[in-house]
Amino acid sequence: MVELRTEGLVHVYRGSGVRALDGVDLRIGPGERVAIIGQNGSGKSTLVRHLNGLLRPTAGRLLIDGVDARRLRVAELAARVGVVFQDPDRQIFSGAVVDEVRFGPRNLGRSGAALRESVEEALELTGLAGQESRNPYDLGQARRKLLALASVLAMRTPVLVLDEPSTGQDRAGAARVRSVIESVAAAGRTLIAVTHDMELVAELFERVVVMRSGRVILDGSPSDAFGGRRLDLLRSTNLEPPVAARVASRLGVPGAVTEADLVAALLRRELPQ
Amino acid sequence: MTLTLTGVGYRYAGTSDAALLDIDLELRSGEVVGLAGASESGKTTLCLVTSGLAPRAIGGLLRGRITIDGTDVDAWPMHRLSQEIGIGFQSPASQLSQVAGTVFEEVAFGPMNLALPRDDVLDRTWEALETLVIRDLADRDPRRLSGGQQQLVAIAGLLAMRPAHLILDEPTAQLDPQGTRLVTEALARLAANGASILVAEQKTEVLAALASRTVVLEAGRMVLAGATGEVLGDPRLPELGVTPPAAVRLRHAARDAGLDARMLDEVHAGG
Repeated sequence: MVELRTEGLVHVYRGSGVRALDGVDLRIGPGERVAIIGQNGSGKSTLVRHLNGLLRPTAGRLLIDGVDARRLRVAELAARVGVVFQDPDRQIFSGAVVDEVRFGPRNLGRSGAALRESVEEALELTGLAGQESRNPYDLGQARRKLLALASVLAMRTPVLVLDEPSTGQDRAGAARVRSVIESVAAAGRTLIAVTHDMELVAELFERVVVMRSGRVILDGSPSDAFGGRRLDLLRSTNLEPPVAARVASRLGVPGAVTEADLVAALLRRELPQ
Repeated sequence: MTLTLTGVGYRYAGTSDAALLDIDLELRSGEVVGLAGASESGKTTLCLVTSGLAPRAIGGLLRGRITIDGTDVDAWPMHRLSQEIGIGFQSPASQLSQVAGTVFEEVAFGPMNLALPRDDVLDRTWEALETLVIRDLADRDPRRLSGGQQQLVAIAGLLAMRPAHLILDEPTAQLDPQGTRLVTEALARLAANGASILVAEQKTEVLAALASRTVVLEAGRMVLAGATGEVLGDPRLPELGVTPPAAVRLRHAARDAGLDARMLDEVHAGG
């Protein structure tokens, strides 16, 4: 299990001079489920690209179990933090589904039964079992995204980072993504997701980090972020709570942020006193 | 101007199964039509066929007729068709020209290729950037923007073309709520000015806010079609792999729990 910590993380993109991260201090403990939300260009993806060493901080540092990430080799970092990008086509390069999924765990030195087992599990969880020999480019974009997820899942890293996992998924695909998140959480692994899907955040995450202009402006539970008191902060960055949370506050049911919470609270209210 | 598909079917090169079958669809001036359906139900294929890219650019076999105001566009080459019909792809990475060094040049690329006078190109470019509130990105390198910013740039490039017909494949997939709202408003305005628009979306909230009619595809066929409110409230929608808008789901959940769903009526489908 791994603890992630950023200290005063700053990232300035070379060339453009854009300060994408402007002093981010976060501690993410083992097994936490953290959603990172914010406007386009607020620094969410830049932040997660630091977590697996794809980007190096301009200032500040990333600590993994107390060790400065700069001291870890890329392979050591990759064994700890797996990142699934929002665009699967930047990730997929194999000619067959199964080769794509095998690549990561094999690079981590896994072989034989251990390799087979982690590949099978990842294919099963993402609904790609039975598609092993297909060419990834014969799959639609939504299934290619699930394949990119499977290929990182198979590495069984203690930390899994998902960038916009539910985007472009239909009902069945969205359910797959949810079950992957739940199973990763159940296994006690850390899960970090960057997303605009506020319902996903309200329903599956215990902690919400809100970013604006490269800084963290709110760090709390979904009901902190969506439930009323801090709503001005959320709106300051043009985000809105999920529909259920908005209806709940209109109907005077504070704290309910999911459909299930809201319906349960309304049922309680309807019961004869 | 009306873009009409009559009995359209399509098969990709090298495949034996039809990706689209028996599609009858009319895109009328001033109207936004929504396109929903599970992954791989044919939404992207229908976008490619309607825009003329399939079969012109990617091969395959097309059946049926595609007409603009009754004129068969069968024999029109892509450069002629692309002045009438714009298409926005799902991934902005495949949309951007890769030759423009700045966002401004990227958005100006389309109108420049229409050989418009310089001032018209500048006007259209600034207007498109302002519409989507990305004027401050004008000097940035399009390849070094966030995914959502790239998507806005790609859509600005389409707006600057002022196409009579616009086909969009999940235009808001990577956008934040504000970007989604800006794109929705820009498309509504484009339609109000006479364009016809076809929008494929997994986010049914966007269709609820934008489309007057919506069609749902399953295995390449149109299985539901009608007024958007009715289609998105149809109980068969989940079986067709489409997630109804949150407000519709909430109403159904309240009703299933035995609550009076009317208390939620103040909430519109778009949230």
